[in-house]
Amino acid sequence: MEVIVILIIASLLLAGSFLGVFVWATRTGQFEDTTTPAMRILTDDPPATHTSNSLPPSPKTEPS
Amino acid sequence: MEPHRARNNETTTTTRMAEALDPLRLAGAGTGGESVASAGWGAAVPATDAAREDLAPEPCRHCGEPCAGGGFRSGGHPFCCLGCQTVYSLLQEGGLTDFYRMGERPGRRASEAHAGRWAYLDDPAVARRLLDFEDGKLARVTFHIPSIHCVACVWLLEQLFRLHSGVGSSRVNFPRREVAITYAPGQIRLSELAALLDRVGYAPELTLAELDRAKPAPVRKLGLQIAVAGFAFGNVMLFSLPQYMGLDAYSGPRFRTLFGFLSLILTLPVLIFSASDYWRSAWASLRQRVLTLDVPIAAGLAALYAQSLWEVLSGHGEGYFDSLAGLVFFLLCGRAFQQKTHDRLGFDRDYRGFFPLAVVRRTAAGDESIAISKVQTGDRLVVRSGELIPADARLLAGDGCVDYSFVTGESDPVARAPGDHLYAGGRQVGGAIEVETVKPVSQSYLTSLWNDEAFRKNRDNTFETLTNRYSRRFTLAVVVISFGALAAWSLAGDPVRGLKAFTSVLIVACPCALALAAPFTLGTAQRLLARFGAFVRNGQVIETLARVDTLAFDKTGTLTAADSAGVRFDGAPLSPAQESRIAALCRQSTHPHARRLVRHLGAAGEGIPVTGFREVAGQGISAGVNGRLVVLGSRAWLAAGGVVISESPTPGSRVHVAEDGVYLGVMLLENRVRPNVDRLLVELGRNYELALLSGDHAHERERFAGWFGKSAALHFNQSPQEKLAFVRALQADGHCVAMVGDGLNDAGALRQGDVGVAVVEGVGKFSPASDVILDAARVTGLGRILDFSQRSVRIVRAGFLVSGSYNLIGVSIAAAGILSPLICAILMPLSSVTVVVFAMAATRLAASRSGLLSPASEAPRATSMPRS
Repeated sequence: MEVIVILIIASLLLAGSFLGVFVWATRTGQFEDTTTPAMRILTDDPPATHTSNSLPPSPKTEPS
Repeated sequence: MEPHRARNNETTTTTRMAEALDPLRLAGAGTGGESVASAGWGAAVPATDAAREDLAPEPCRHCGEPCAGGGFRSGGHPFCCLGCQTVYSLLQEGGLTDFYRMGERPGRRASEAHAGRWAYLDDPAVARRLLDFEDGKLARVTFHIPSIHCVACVWLLEQLFRLHSGVGSSRVNFPRREVAITYAPGQIRLSELAALLDRVGYAPELTLAELDRAKPAPVRKLGLQIAVAGFAFGNVMLFSLPQYMGLDAYSGPRFRTLFGFLSLILTLPVLIFSASDYWRSAWASLRQRVLTLDVPIAAGLAALYAQSLWEVLSGHGEGYFDSLAGLVFFLLCGRAFQQKTHDRLGFDRDYRGFFPLAVVRRTAAGDESIAISKVQTGDRLVVRSGELIPADARLLAGDGCVDYSFVTGESDPVARAPGDHLYAGGRQVGGAIEVETVKPVSQSYLTSLWNDEAFRKNRDNTFETLTNRYSRRFTLAVVVISFGALAAWSLAGDPVRGLKAFTSVLIVACPCALALAAPFTLGTAQRLLARFGAFVRNGQVIETLARVDTLAFDKTGTLTAADSAGVRFDGAPLSPAQESRIAALCRQSTHPHARRLVRHLGAAGEGIPVTGFREVAGQGISAGVNGRLVVLGSRAWLAAGGVVISESPTPGSRVHVAEDGVYLGVMLLENRVRPNVDRLLVELGRNYELALLSGDHAHERERFAGWFGKSAALHFNQSPQEKLAFVRALQADGHCVAMVGDGLNDAGALRQGDVGVAVVEGVGKFSPASDVILDAARVTGLGRILDFSQRSVRIVRAGFLVSGSYNLIGVSIAAAGILSPLICAILMPLSSVTVVVFAMAATRLAASRSGLLSPASEAPRATSMPRS
């Protein structure tokens, strides 16, 4: 029966890590807007080549 | 003044056209996100180059509007105006023409951006308040763009970096109609960024309120609290199961102790973090000596934890930790269900949300765009067509034609001559004017309304909710029963059992189901109302709506639709040729009456050349069209042209028509009452007292008197203060008043009323502070909304009854002193689930009974509103 102790620790760790992931996701604002991503996925990015010469590729990263 | 605006000049179509193409004028027309002002012009604009073709109207490649009068051609595509063509070529250069494949007509009619319009954004003080973040190399700004409306908008705005190398990335938040843009300030200035957005048809809305608004911290705490409570609830329930099922006989007492301590530890964060709002709120209400529902909840939670702690530490049992975690979890879910708010609908806007952020100041050095907060008394400002007069001012030059409908409720624009006084909040609808401010922005006629005490009371923090009225009696009963049980058992000689009964009563009476009845009923009601086109501030508003016994209506913009004014011709029927001559003449004028007539006459008169155009403000217009002299205007204007009209003037807006000295008749411009308003008023008159509070003059009294009934009070020529005072007087007589209005002139009455219902023509349009924002197409559904509110409140009461009977069962078990964790673990979720299911199902049923769900006769315009 002592194996239950190990199982309990394992299950608590697993559930705790899920909770941790949720907290992280909320903190980073991933639940702020749940509508726009659903619209965004419907569109493709146009090919990176474009006719205008004044437009070098821009960084897509955001400052944190 | 622009030289070509000089009056009485001989103009040909070509010079007129040059004026229409003047970017200044078009930019003015686009201010405030409306392109109404340019609608008449765009169609009349002929092309300068040979690209013009006289074809049947084709849809514009960019915005989909019919290209009346030929429009422009570029790359084989038709465009209705230069603005749209510019956007198209801009997108083509950036390789973004996919935009047009994404929707039927994704583009918004564009206006040529006035280069200096956004200059004030480069003022460091303004920029600092707008920017979310800046470190010299990168900056981040969030713009509110009301014109975002489809997938293609999201795509285009997120591809903004292809249009300018200085833009890093942009992300759209569709429900909030916002775009957050990261850019390099070294490469593109904030003003250039705003101008770029403006050029592609997404002018940011920047109002004074926007600037003053503290960036709201995102509400994430509740989600985390629910997560922690749910996590604990699930795990503790697993630890409790062995005992409930009698399995601890196999596992032995060691595991029971282990599970008990584990539950104790897991529940601790629930008690401290998840339930923290209940402790705080219970403490606050105790200090204010009010018994809210949070008091018995907090008492129940404390009793639960104390009892469980004692059981675990003394080795008597496992305690009620699963019930505790479950209780908090359910309560928080109920809170989350009701907390869903309509993010971008401003329920709290004041006049600052109506004013633009910048105005054009004329100085010796030339025109400059300055922030409105910097406007001082004595400044000379340029107000272009479609723009607001930001402060009380004196007209210096130009023909003032000011639309005060939003401020005073007067439906007709008034003519003003140089030297006249202009009140803040009026919209200039003629040509550009120059004014000198006589009062600071914050002290003008309009803004003084906000000094009334009605604006100082906080409407959200009241304890007078339905739930709290019940909870007072409920809490008293719980206290009496628990102490009674303690006393009874003590007298019977069993004080230990008495103590157990005491805590048991507190535990089992913890009003979880009671606390859920209102949030789930009113939350569901809020969602259903939102789908109908009525957005309520919170659930409490529905409770107040159910108590309303008096309805006060504004007229202009509420019962009548200002834009869809009807035109009726009184006289011998006009021939098509005559109509097109009149239309051709009207197309030359920016006067609102002329534009209304153009809209009424449709495509007639396009491309007909006009010679010798004359316009005198406040009088009329005349010109030679196809060899005939057409004269339109007031009686005096026609008399000056030798046409004498004998008929007596009846009230209302009228334009007399004469051709070659012969009187043809009169165009009557009427404000059209919204469809079915008559039926609505007669229907409401049966159950409610009605009143009309109009800022307009009384010429339509007869018509409205018939609908409002004999007993109704009809007041015309009301100032905003008088409207407020009228509502206050009704309340002093003990009435519960709902004010229905739309303009700033109603702002005081909306605020003073027990419920303020603001009528809006579309989302993103300004509406004064209110409790309910009602889609204009749904005004006639007001009766159904009130009926549904009453039904919802009855459902809440029934929910109280259901949860009360559960409590009665629980309390009788507890008072007998035989409550076990198992009974608690079953009873508590069972009562909550019953109440929740009942509340949601009954509310839905009530909605269909009230006719809220049935496909209404009006087209559901609510689809353009953000869904909840």
